[in-house]
Amino acid sequence: MNTLLIAEHNNETLADATVKAVTAAAQMGGECHVLVAGSGCAAVADQAAKLEGVAKVLLADDAQYEKQLAEPMAALVVAMADGYATIASPASTNGKNFMPRIAALLDCSQISDITAVIDANTFERPIYAGNAIQTVKVTEAKKAVTIRATAFQAAGDGGSAGVEAAGAADNPGLSEFVNEELTKSDRPELTSAKVVVSGGRGMQSGENFPMLEKVADKLGAAVGASRAAVDAGFVPNDYQVGQTGKVVAPELYIAVGISGAIQHLAGMKDSKVIVAINKDEEAPIFQVADYGLVADLFTAVPELEEELGKAGL
Amino acid sequence: MKILVPVKRVVDYNVKIRVKPDQTGVDLANVKMSMNPFCEIAVEEAVRLQEAGTATEIIVVSVGPAQAQETIRTALAMGADRGILVKTDDELEPLGIAKVLKAVVEAESPDLVILGKQAIDGDNNQTGQMLAALLGWSQGTFASELGIEGDKINVTREIDGGLQSVKLAMPAIITTDLRLNEPRYASLPNIMKAKKKPIDEKELAEYGVDAAPRLEIVKVAEPAEREAGVKVETVGELVDKLKNEAGVI
Repeated sequence: MNTLLIAEHNNETLADATVKAVTAAAQMGGECHVLVAGSGCAAVADQAAKLEGVAKVLLADDAQYEKQLAEPMAALVVAMADGYATIASPASTNGKNFMPRIAALLDCSQISDITAVIDANTFERPIYAGNAIQTVKVTEAKKAVTIRATAFQAAGDGGSAGVEAAGAADNPGLSEFVNEELTKSDRPELTSAKVVVSGGRGMQSGENFPMLEKVADKLGAAVGASRAAVDAGFVPNDYQVGQTGKVVAPELYIAVGISGAIQHLAGMKDSKVIVAINKDEEAPIFQVADYGLVADLFTAVPELEEELGKAGL
Repeated sequence: MKILVPVKRVVDYNVKIRVKPDQTGVDLANVKMSMNPFCEIAVEEAVRLQEAGTATEIIVVSVGPAQAQETIRTALAMGADRGILVKTDDELEPLGIAKVLKAVVEAESPDLVILGKQAIDGDNNQTGQMLAALLGWSQGTFASELGIEGDKINVTREIDGGLQSVKLAMPAIITTDLRLNEPRYASLPNIMKAKKKPIDEKELAEYGVDAAPRLEIVKVAEPAEREAGVKVETVGELVDKLKNEAGVI
């Protein structure tokens, strides 16, 4: 039985999370059909069609889908859900918003934030902020799934799926987009960056974050923060890495002035290599760090920038 | 305006949980239980709307064991007016809970339902959206700011790239994110007063809803442990190891 994967995108570019979610969908058996719902988003459909493992792309190009609001998205997906065993999407804030609405309208269960596909109906997912891993089996014919993209490899190129137009459904007319304030940055996006440099309460103020940004620029890294740093007002909430923020799994994660609360570890402990810089040698972050440096960050971080320069970065 | 706030009793957020050795679940024996933090934010927001003169009545509902009454009392001490406990010892799934809540909404006819975006035990993040679907209502999830304007509600939402504002038709479902507010601590006089506020106890069966679990939990296991690595003495050594040992820069 086939999977309908709802793409995450910004109407121009297919999000990296979707490219990884295709890998998860392929492991569920059957064909993977990607739904690109948006406005003026034909280019996104073409990008999805080139992914390995995608059998068909459905393009619902209509003004009402521009921001993927839950009410019209659910109406659209429910109308086309026949014949699919699985309705899936990345576990982005969009996916988390519309998917349970779709599941309830289809009267099926949802498995949130899966990190592994055991078989077509059995999945692993973290519970209690990643302090336990639950294996869940669906025994019914239909299910909704959101996929933690960082747990899967990106699907390769080399596909050549056809793109079909999908008609729009009636808009329930319950919600209206007003505006958006997106954080502008030239750095890579947190959840898809290969390197992440994060600051915690030890940074002392938002004015000290440019110090991390210089290191990040040397490494082509994204900049993140702990919840403590966000709550203290150093940086906006969308910097937050952790249970209540973003989950990242880069090749290299550098935690600066972060003590390592469970809350934060839940968002980054699947990183390949973890570096911790903290002046408190008892800080729990050192228990998960591959390389720990006990030092005052205000001397260590500028030095790190300099050493990276010397190393040719 | 009448507001319904569903709340959940969960393991306190400060508790380091243990997985049962037989891998059937998480050990809840003798563990401190509290109101789910996101639910506290929901109660606080409702109380603030009442203090601002927008809300006229706040009803708190919990679906769970008899002890969930304590969770309802906490909400009453924060300022809610009355409670409803739908008793069940089964662990209902989000869709089952949403079906029970739908029945409660139909009986109480609130204008707004405010819930936590997720419970910190199952981390599902589903119930509010499912309830909105079953009722055919609008949904404002992950809210960091609310503003009521006639029969519409403006909701600022925390999204991956920043913030998004939407205007929703009421009645509506709102789910709370962390920055919506900072919940108050109940004062002693309010805790005493809360003891006299009514809690209506219902049996799940009274609602005639099929909320039976539909998923099979195969097992619950400990996550893979990450081992602590090495301490380096200098920044130079760190850069050398990242380059030559780990090969990540």
